[in-house]
Amino acid sequence: MLDYVWLIPVFPMIGVIINGLLGRNLSKRTVGVVACGVIGLSFLTALLIFIDLVQLPPENRSFEKIIYTWILAGDFKTNIGFLVDPLSIIMMLVVSGVSFLIHIYSVGYMHDDEGFRRYFTYLNLFVFSMLVLVCANNFLLMFVGWEGVGLCSYLLIGFWYQRKEPADAGKKAFVVNRIGDYGFLLAMMLIFVTFGTLNFHGVFEAAHHFQTGNLAILAITLLLFVGATGKSAQIPLYTWLPDAMEGPTPVSALIHAATMVTAGVYMVVRCNVLYVLAPVSLTVVAIVGITTAIFTASMALAANDIKRVLAYSTISQLGYMFLACGVGAFTAGIFHLMTHAFFKALLFLGAGSVMHALAGELDMRKMGALKSHVPKTYWTFLIATLAIAGIFPFAGFFSKDEILWNAFQTSTLLWVLGAGAALMTSFYMFRAVFMTFHGESRVDPEVAKHIHESPPVMTNPLIVLAILSTIGGFVGIPIIKGWNVFHDFLSPITGGHAVESAKITFTHLAYASGQAASAGEAAHHHVGLEILMMIVSLIIAFGGLGLAYYMYIKDPSAPKRLAERFRGLYNLLSNKWFVDEIYDFLFVNPIKRGSGFLWRFFDAKVVDGMVNGSGGLVRWGSSVLKRIQTGYVQNYALSILIGVGAILFYLVLR
Amino acid sequence: MNHSDFPILSLITFLPAVGAILIMLSKREGVTQIRLIALVASFMNFLFSLPLFFSFKSDFTGMQFVEQVPWIREYGMSYFVGIDGISLLLILLTTFFAPICVVACWKDITKRVKEFMICLLLLETGMIGVFVSLDLFLFYVFWEVMLIPMYLLIGVWGNPARRIYAAIKFFLFTMFGSLLMLVAILFLYFYNHSITGEYTFNLLKLYELVNIPTSYQIWLFLAFFLAFAIKVPMFPFHTWLPDAHTEAPTVGSVLLAAVLLKMGTYGFLRFNMPLFPVAAHDFVPLISILAIIGIIYGALVSMVQKDLKRLVAFSSVSHLGFVMLGLFALNVQGVQGGLIQMINHGLSTGALFLIVGMVYERRHTRMIADFGGLSKVMPVFATIFMIVTLSSIGLPGLNGFVGEFLILLGTFKSNVTYAVFAATGVIFAAVYMLWMFQRVMFGEVTKEENKNLKDLSMREIGVLVPILIFIFWIGLYPKTFLSKTETSIQHFLSEFNKKYEACIQNEKNDFLAVNTGEELTVKK
Repeated sequence: MLDYVWLIPVFPMIGVIINGLLGRNLSKRTVGVVACGVIGLSFLTALLIFIDLVQLPPENRSFEKIIYTWILAGDFKTNIGFLVDPLSIIMMLVVSGVSFLIHIYSVGYMHDDEGFRRYFTYLNLFVFSMLVLVCANNFLLMFVGWEGVGLCSYLLIGFWYQRKEPADAGKKAFVVNRIGDYGFLLAMMLIFVTFGTLNFHGVFEAAHHFQTGNLAILAITLLLFVGATGKSAQIPLYTWLPDAMEGPTPVSALIHAATMVTAGVYMVVRCNVLYVLAPVSLTVVAIVGITTAIFTASMALAANDIKRVLAYSTISQLGYMFLACGVGAFTAGIFHLMTHAFFKALLFLGAGSVMHALAGELDMRKMGALKSHVPKTYWTFLIATLAIAGIFPFAGFFSKDEILWNAFQTSTLLWVLGAGAALMTSFYMFRAVFMTFHGESRVDPEVAKHIHESPPVMTNPLIVLAILSTIGGFVGIPIIKGWNVFHDFLSPITGGHAVESAKITFTHLAYASGQAASAGEAAHHHVGLEILMMIVSLIIAFGGLGLAYYMYIKDPSAPKRLAERFRGLYNLLSNKWFVDEIYDFLFVNPIKRGSGFLWRFFDAKVVDGMVNGSGGLVRWGSSVLKRIQTGYVQNYALSILIGVGAILFYLVLR
Repeated sequence: MNHSDFPILSLITFLPAVGAILIMLSKREGVTQIRLIALVASFMNFLFSLPLFFSFKSDFTGMQFVEQVPWIREYGMSYFVGIDGISLLLILLTTFFAPICVVACWKDITKRVKEFMICLLLLETGMIGVFVSLDLFLFYVFWEVMLIPMYLLIGVWGNPARRIYAAIKFFLFTMFGSLLMLVAILFLYFYNHSITGEYTFNLLKLYELVNIPTSYQIWLFLAFFLAFAIKVPMFPFHTWLPDAHTEAPTVGSVLLAAVLLKMGTYGFLRFNMPLFPVAAHDFVPLISILAIIGIIYGALVSMVQKDLKRLVAFSSVSHLGFVMLGLFALNVQGVQGGLIQMINHGLSTGALFLIVGMVYERRHTRMIADFGGLSKVMPVFATIFMIVTLSSIGLPGLNGFVGEFLILLGTFKSNVTYAVFAATGVIFAAVYMLWMFQRVMFGEVTKEENKNLKDLSMREIGVLVPILIFIFWIGLYPKTFLSKTETSIQHFLSEFNKKYEACIQNEKNDFLAVNTGEELTVKK
């Protein structure tokens, strides 16, 4: 079965071809069946391959399937080839599984859209690219998927291209991603120059011969991380993701929450061998991760658009995943990636269901008391919220706790910041729940008449995702040896050495407070401490819940008073810290103006000025010279005389 | 050198000219007949050129399909043609685009169809002639001959408002460069005589001139450089291009972009570098920096263009900057990338000009502001346009990426700084192309005239689909093409290095000789 790994991305491509080329003559029903069917087949194949893989002994769980030689030039060679190992198979399962559910949901959600066929063609193309990204056995092919998902993101954000905002948002996403890709591109070249290959196995094997702190590897990992900040929306390249919410909601669920944006995390984990050799890069990853987590969580506090709340939340959660990678807990990062895929997809689909009920309304100030109208949506949304807030025993509890525990072992400060972000997460998510489903109805009377629960084709995926969000965490039970199945499964990829390296860096860094000194011994599990920290995180999660309850149910006037009291801060938050405006001022506008100047001044004045000028010079010269040609013989005779005189004069005086 | 029995290169070179003669003999009123002759001639030529590809020996380093006939014996001029991996793909690109152009202008050109088709076919002969010539004099003849039909295409069938200005600008720029090249060619001719005692324009024999003194090399290199740099066009010699492109009729722009510009880059590979390796080596920084400026400058200026054709024209400046950078990386990846990128640029920019031509035919405007929302009314057009745009941006999986990546990789290997700057072009390309696409294709249809635009006809789809096939082919399986060029490029580079080392060694010896005072007795 392993040999058939290539089928996993090929199935969605078949969907693209059928719907893209022939879809015009197909009914909506057929288009939907084809689109969902091919993804289902991908998922099944991945499942079968997974079953085959776990039957192998752990050290043999890595398999490469080369299809053909893609680019060959001198000593440079890359294949189209796929890699099956624990990491890639988890990604394949998550991607194809969640995609399958979202495809089904989309059949209901997009049913009345005239771009139905185009939508599913793009969506299948997206899944194809994403699967290429995670299955690839080398950096260059991964880059194909990497750019491919960016393209689909562009196409799908701008799906309703007739309005200006989606088209702008799509372009912004693509361009900002390209800035990240620039880093990825340079990283690939440096990898090739350093290791002589772009094949994952080749590079990671060769990396063993390098010393920790090697400069080339430092540069490679930093450049790759630039790519990751673009794709996974981290500081400073996160600004495209909130705008990406202009796309259809299932797209936000699939691309901008569950799968594409996690590509950066996947890539960092894939390259963990390199990152471990570059402690400085790990530190950068951790700092960027935690800063993003805190910073964007703060923006979610004051947002009123339900999708934007979820978007900021996504960025913030991705920050968590990078924090995990940065402290060397790569497994925890992937664990959170998986659980996040479940509950964040669920949250977005839930939000989509709410929009469906309210004729497209996104503003939470115009919602409220929807609980009884859309019960399935409500309960599933609540489960997802419990999961993201990190409340036991929902999936997010396990993964978030593992990250916080690893952060704690590295540096107390990282833990404090992580816990702060967790508090905010719990608060803004329950705020969203209360504003949307509880309290008094603030729905427009016109809209209120038509509130209805979504059809089963939409609610069934919600239920499946809710189940996954509930039980998904149990694959990674901490403390008890042998119960963290997830961790053990991934350990051939992520290794055990990772955490140590990260710790060493942080110990060296000054800000790692007094706690750092004991970091070394903390490597041995302090069961008691770990349980204590779990309880602390639970208290934090409930703290956020309580605060939200107080502010939005108990005393609904509180938010307003708070906003008045801290007007400055509130303005900052609700204007997203003015980052977009700052970027426009610093980069976008100067480039635009500069380019216009270059063209008008340099091209038109300098170069053409010289060319036309030389033409003019010739014309002027000839107009002067032509006066000599008077046509009078005596004038010519005179000039001959002068000439002869001059020559004689010269000869005499010589 | 292998001598094939059948003069296939001559056939391919002159078949279009024969077609042109047939058109001259036919009646002016028989427009359809004229078009058919042009189509048959160019299409047959394409078919005849296919065997070149299939029977081309990939592992042979020398020239293939060689034909050599003395022309003016006492002056050492001969009709000497042949190809290697470097010229093979460019010839195929030319024969591939010629029938596409004939079909593309089927309805577009209605006045003076006869003369138009004659120009088109003669242009094809000229272009192929440039790529097959191995005799410097013959090369120069084709190089100049080709200017005339292009000049006429712009000047007669161009956009009435500024066509004369554009045509003359095109002509003068190119002419200016070529004259200095002619001087250099003659100098080389006499210099060769002074060394070997033989008068010859045979390029392969001139290649054997190992010890041209560096000071001569520099000047000769510059003379050739100017001719080719204007043609490419390299920054800052590019200003004729936007005007020529904008004012030329659609197929004029297509051939200009797809083939004519490649003559510049081809010239560097065929003449500048192998003839004057020391100078080429010394000029690497200058040329690389100009190329990088071209990449970034072209992209930035594209961004602010209001005219579609002008935008595409400036994007060519950027893309050809990449090609030049790759060639002067002087390693396999760089040169391979540069060569494949010449083809890629031909395909994607050629297609872009065809596309712009198609909307121009419908709306008689090229201003971006006059469009908007075309995706809605022209869905098929939108899809094709999107694919071509992405190919031009260099999306992995499509052709542009393969070339750009190899170029950047090659550059990175020889100079990291150049690569770091050049790669920013990748970001800018996305900005200007997508922004243009958005303004033309997305949004509401605001203009009344755009509401009832017809989607592409079967003829137009037929024009574009062959190009799309190659866009995917090169993107997904470039091996077909890279494997044809690999050996020639390896050979080219090893010869280049050998000659460079020899020259340098020689200079050193001379230097030592002078210093020890033995020089006079030894040389005289």
